[in-house]
Amino acid sequence: MSDLHHKTISQLLRDLDNKAFSSVELTAHYLDRIERLDPAINSYITVLREPALARAAAMDVARQKGTHPPLAGIPIAHKDIICTQGVRTSAGSRMLDNFIAPYNATLVEQLNDAGVVTLGKTNMDEFAMGSSNENSYYGPVNNPWRADRVPGGSSGGSAASLAAGLCTAATGTDTGGSIRQPAAFCGITGLKPTYGRVSRWGVIAYASSLDQAGPMAQTAEDAAHLLQAMAGFDHRDSTSINQPVPDYLAQINGSIKGLKIGICTEYFDAGLDDDIRTAVMAAAKTLESMGAILSEVSLPNTQHAIPAYYVIAPAECSSNLSRYDGVRFGYRCADPESIEDLYKRSRSEGFGREVKSRIMVGTFALSAGYYEAYYRKAQQIRRLISRDFSQAFDQVDYILGPTTPSTAFKLGEKVDDQVAMYLQDIYTIAVNLAGLPAISIPAGQSQGLPIGLQLIGRHLDEGGLLKVAHNFQQASDWHAQRPDDGQ
Amino acid sequence: MPPITVTQDLVLAVAELSQLNIDGADIDGYAADMTKVLALVEQMHGVDTSDIAPMSNPTDASQQLRADEVTEPDQRERFQAIAPETDGGFYLVPRVVE
Amino acid sequence: MQDWEIVIGLEIHTQLKTKSKIFSGASTDFGAAPNTQACAIDLGFPGVLPTVNTRVYEKAVAFGLGIGATINLTSVFDRKNYFYPDSPKGYQITQLETPIVVGGSVDVVLKDGSVKTIQVTRAHLEEDAGKSMHEDYHGQTGIDLNRAGTPLLEIVSEPDMRSAEEAVAYARYIHQLVTYLGVSDGDMSQGSLRCDANVSIRPMGTEALGTRTETKNVNSFRFLERAINYEVERQIAVLESGGRIRQETRLYDSDKDETRPMRSKETATDYRYFPEPDLLPVHITQDYIDAVRQQMPELPAAKIQRFVRDYALNEADAQVLASTVALADYFETVARVGGDGKLAANWVRVELLGQMNRESLTPSAESLGAISLSANALGMLLARIKDGTISGKIAKTVFAALWHGEATDPDTYIATQGLTQVSNSDELAPIVDGVIANNPQQAAQYREGKTKLMGFFVGQVMQQTAGKANPQQVSELVQQRLLD
Repeated sequence: MSDLHHKTISQLLRDLDNKAFSSVELTAHYLDRIERLDPAINSYITVLREPALARAAAMDVARQKGTHPPLAGIPIAHKDIICTQGVRTSAGSRMLDNFIAPYNATLVEQLNDAGVVTLGKTNMDEFAMGSSNENSYYGPVNNPWRADRVPGGSSGGSAASLAAGLCTAATGTDTGGSIRQPAAFCGITGLKPTYGRVSRWGVIAYASSLDQAGPMAQTAEDAAHLLQAMAGFDHRDSTSINQPVPDYLAQINGSIKGLKIGICTEYFDAGLDDDIRTAVMAAAKTLESMGAILSEVSLPNTQHAIPAYYVIAPAECSSNLSRYDGVRFGYRCADPESIEDLYKRSRSEGFGREVKSRIMVGTFALSAGYYEAYYRKAQQIRRLISRDFSQAFDQVDYILGPTTPSTAFKLGEKVDDQVAMYLQDIYTIAVNLAGLPAISIPAGQSQGLPIGLQLIGRHLDEGGLLKVAHNFQQASDWHAQRPDDGQ
Repeated sequence: MPPITVTQDLVLAVAELSQLNIDGADIDGYAADMTKVLALVEQMHGVDTSDIAPMSNPTDASQQLRADEVTEPDQRERFQAIAPETDGGFYLVPRVVE
Repeated sequence: MQDWEIVIGLEIHTQLKTKSKIFSGASTDFGAAPNTQACAIDLGFPGVLPTVNTRVYEKAVAFGLGIGATINLTSVFDRKNYFYPDSPKGYQITQLETPIVVGGSVDVVLKDGSVKTIQVTRAHLEEDAGKSMHEDYHGQTGIDLNRAGTPLLEIVSEPDMRSAEEAVAYARYIHQLVTYLGVSDGDMSQGSLRCDANVSIRPMGTEALGTRTETKNVNSFRFLERAINYEVERQIAVLESGGRIRQETRLYDSDKDETRPMRSKETATDYRYFPEPDLLPVHITQDYIDAVRQQMPELPAAKIQRFVRDYALNEADAQVLASTVALADYFETVARVGGDGKLAANWVRVELLGQMNRESLTPSAESLGAISLSANALGMLLARIKDGTISGKIAKTVFAALWHGEATDPDTYIATQGLTQVSNSDELAPIVDGVIANNPQQAAQYREGKTKLMGFFVGQVMQQTAGKANPQQVSELVQQRLLD
């Protein structure tokens, strides 16, 4: 039973069906690993030992009766920005350290309906703002591949816990790369679905027009298992897409023969690490050998994505985070003297530096006299970027490139250089602006650290992305590589 | 639009709108951060967007309307269990003068 | 002394009549215990999202059609950002650049009978704020967010009004219109209609607008008139003493009958509007607009015209009777059953409204539904006047009985109380003769030409018949007996 944590969801479901072990045993195995290994990684903010075991027992009973839902008894973790009823949902912030969510996010309900066991809530950059997980009130997360490296962010806890074998799969959210970049840094598979494919109800907002939750898993097939449950229209989210959810698990087994994959020239710029360039091109060749047709494709406005993003996301965040005022929930400063004192001290003490910085930039970009030149301009650029993709998808079915310009960098390396940190998202951010689906999968290693390959698809083509990724994972074993934890 | 120089006054004005206290010692730090981020952002000012409609949302769909029905029950007790300060069902704040 | 011209524009917030809130499924009922109708969305909890109530669009479109406005086929919600304890999200969802209703105008009738056209700039949908209670919490303020998210239509006028009277006439018209259309219940005591008055003055004959002040949250027509008049006087005093008007938001204090600057809400706040990213643009079709139009009731102006035409009423009576849909319907039933529009108008105006006024009732659907006297019964009563069964005087007695619920059917009451009018000359002649015989002096004076004494004789006969004599018949008999 010692290697249970190396099994994929697909394998575990077979084993559970064959009574090789129970969900209680599986869950206890994970809880035991978390207890032993997570103090060195810090991937969890909250561990739900007793509720998880109780839930696993209930799922074992359901499985006995044969009335079990598809993911019955599979232990997963949720990023701590996703509301879980009766459980602290902190968004990695002091502001919400005392916030016990009174409701479940829709995606939590959907995964619960699918039978998952929730092990706990994972660490993250505060309010999903960051690319290194160093902006958490609960401290940084160490990359399981090498302790002095960051796991990426903002879903750094989910990625690290997966890489360390501390959950079978996890949820994340991706506003500018926050699923894909940590997936790349930690050597796991992370899918950002089409904007609106997964309901945002109960997912604490950072930037409403960019935020999208998605699965983080060991394989594309496992990601398909989770997405199958998470995707769908939600009447509570006006921006969710009212389209039927396809059978992703059926789709992934299709052939990639004849699919046109465009290699994005702008993503192989001077800032890209050589090992990553080599690994990603090798991966492209692998896909070609499986029948895909490679070509070059251009996204000419790529360089404008980061500037536009760092107006739009802070602007929306400045407004979304106004509700944290110390009145109805969350952190309240001691002995406020006036309403203004209550607001200012609660917010100043409750938010961390990066969050405050983005609120300030966003407030500025929306303020009188600057709105046109900043916010409106950024929204126009957003359309240009979206058009780039539309034109590219007239020529190809998928766009391929690296997920990140480098492998996991050192803890503390970029904390004093905000802009260098922002540039981490150079290949991932345009996808959010256009609302497209994209996946990061392991495609190599450099000096013992994982390399991520990004594939971008057309709107609602999650099934196709998972198929290409799954095909690649049938022909490679980078996704099966795990850091040695000595256990 | 010429590049913005983020002055202390601008930091304080923006902090006021954001209802944040910035300690005197931190003002220059925020000014420097904002200056760098805005310099990054200002690269977009060179792009010609004269005929481009702003894009607020990646979804082209239109808003669905909800039936006019009461679907939310009273959950005051549950919501106020996590409130900083309440009395008699009210949320309490320091006295507000209109 | 300088002559000043007063320039007034009004922003009227009317609460829309819906079961649930504009962006959530919480109830909009008035008067619930604090925060029992504030759901997670209204409270601005983390992770919640708004949805849009379909009925607010029906109401807004109906209002737009009612003032001849353009209805935007695409409308967009925006966020208006500001911190205030009764604004739980730190922003209000409203419509800035692309509201649902644009333009339109209303004609209001002033006291001197003249008609003034007021242009409407726009009307947009938005959410109401909660309420702050300053009194009871040991120096703290209590926040009740039940009202947060109640749908509002904000109706913004052009600065077309030149006096408090015009402003009140306009506000009354809007109140009547939204009530007519069922857009709002119009109950001002519950804050269903609240006015912000933008007031400035300028030297008579000049074009440039003076600096304006905005007096917020005036919730009665009387206060609106007073607040504007106070503000005009104040501005004149400031300018004439060499001062300058500050552009500011002021609050009307009805206890002191004065306006004063608001201290907490900064007047120069930068609201940082931007499109609400949690909602998509709302698209409606011309078919939708046409369907709303089909459902719309007759508007006040059309109803008044029809009353004048069909019932031969004067304009003033028609206006009173058309003041609410319920009263107009009541009147029309009385007229139909009674068979006489003018008589019905008279009785509804004088007797019914007089009685209601004495009991401090306004002619709303609720009060007209609650009173004992049904329109049908009043119509039957008038029919009995017309066919001579009873006199107008006796009818008042029956009216009183019906009003107090002592009777429901006028015919039964007239029969059981023996109130049928005596029109028979054989019955009345001896009584008339008796009265003449008992009052020889008056009889002599009448014969000498003092014909005003007819009233005396009729009165005496009425007294002796307990009011049942047909006065027409009596006066004919008196004349016959005295002059023949």
